[in-house]
Amino acid sequence: MIIYGVALLALCCLAGLIIGEGLGLLLGVKANVGGVGFAMLLLIFLTGWLYRNGRFKPLSSGGIAFWSGMYLPIVVAMAAQQNVVGALKGGPLAIIAGVSGVALSFALVPVIARIGRAKTREIKPAPHAVLEDRK
Amino acid sequence: MIDLFRDVLIKNGLLTGFAVVGGLTWFSYLISDRLTRGRVHGSAIAVLAGLVLAYIGGVFAEGKNGIADVPIFAGIGLMGGAMLRDFAIVATAFGASFEDLKKSGLPVVVSLFAGVIGSFLCGAITAVAFGYTDAISIATLGAGTVTYIVGPVTGAALGASSDVIALSIAAGLIKAILVMIATPMVAKQIGLDNPRSAMIFGGAMGTNSGVAAGLAATDPKLVPYGVMAATFYTGLGCLLAPSVLYLATRLVFPPI
Repeated sequence: MIIYGVALLALCCLAGLIIGEGLGLLLGVKANVGGVGFAMLLLIFLTGWLYRNGRFKPLSSGGIAFWSGMYLPIVVAMAAQQNVVGALKGGPLAIIAGVSGVALSFALVPVIARIGRAKTREIKPAPHAVLEDRK
Repeated sequence: MIDLFRDVLIKNGLLTGFAVVGGLTWFSYLISDRLTRGRVHGSAIAVLAGLVLAYIGGVFAEGKNGIADVPIFAGIGLMGGAMLRDFAIVATAFGASFEDLKKSGLPVVVSLFAGVIGSFLCGAITAVAFGYTDAISIATLGAGTVTYIVGPVTGAALGASSDVIALSIAAGLIKAILVMIATPMVAKQIGLDNPRSAMIFGGAMGTNSGVAAGLAATDPKLVPYGVMAATFYTGLGCLLAPSVLYLATRLVFPPI
């Protein structure tokens, strides 16, 4: 049932956000601390565990895959309601931050590739979640 | 007659939002295909189009919520609001398997941490250079340089102002576009020709759309490896930026 996947996703999301709120309280930060990240980890572990136990049916996975595919449109909608007019006043900041971030990350690749140059192992995505439309 | 249309569109705001964003996405992929021959990924153009829409909305409605301040587009506010945003972003983690990440070895984990922390530092230092002194704005701009997802997630979690959040999205967007364009150019120099380095690349870059499009233009076979590592990047960024990295920022720039 598609709703099982959607419900699982919603539960992971809520649980993650609750953990994030709780952690924020614990740390004394008036913020949700890493809730989305915890929710992601929960989803990865739970779907993996259900799949290994043969409880995860393709239709349930469809309920998650749909929302995964909606990620870009939702990000577009999110972008469309930002205060861009206000942001443009600081134009060069965004460009310098972005360019320096990319330059540093490019430079990191060959450096890190030298760490423990093991033979390449065959790596496949989780079988229950084919990576599609992840653009 | 026009009122009738308006009423229906306003009453069913979320549906209007789906339709508008769908049309915008279609148009963006068309531009990507025709004008850039696929080099600039449709997804990056779509996000850019969203920001342009927000700008137009900001000019006409003179509000802080971009196009969502225009009544018939208010549904876009619900569609891109915090609830559905977190929901869809969590869903993208589906497809990444923790075992696979572990199997790919230490370098990918190192690249994920180095990529997130390095990009955060670049954004944070730039923010400081531009005169920001409050930890929330600095951390949000640092997070935006991580990816255009981590920026708003961090900004929303910390309570950053909307213009800082928009700026953080812009930084992440510039990063994504640059990764798409520059990856095929630097692929040889950084040894981007096998699954292992593709995963390290995905881990260090992190922007899903940037990595997918950049690798597709380099060697389509490398795409899944890079994207798989990149899926963890946003999660790691969402985990680290509003927590450890924000707290570290606050140590350097304590609240007054």
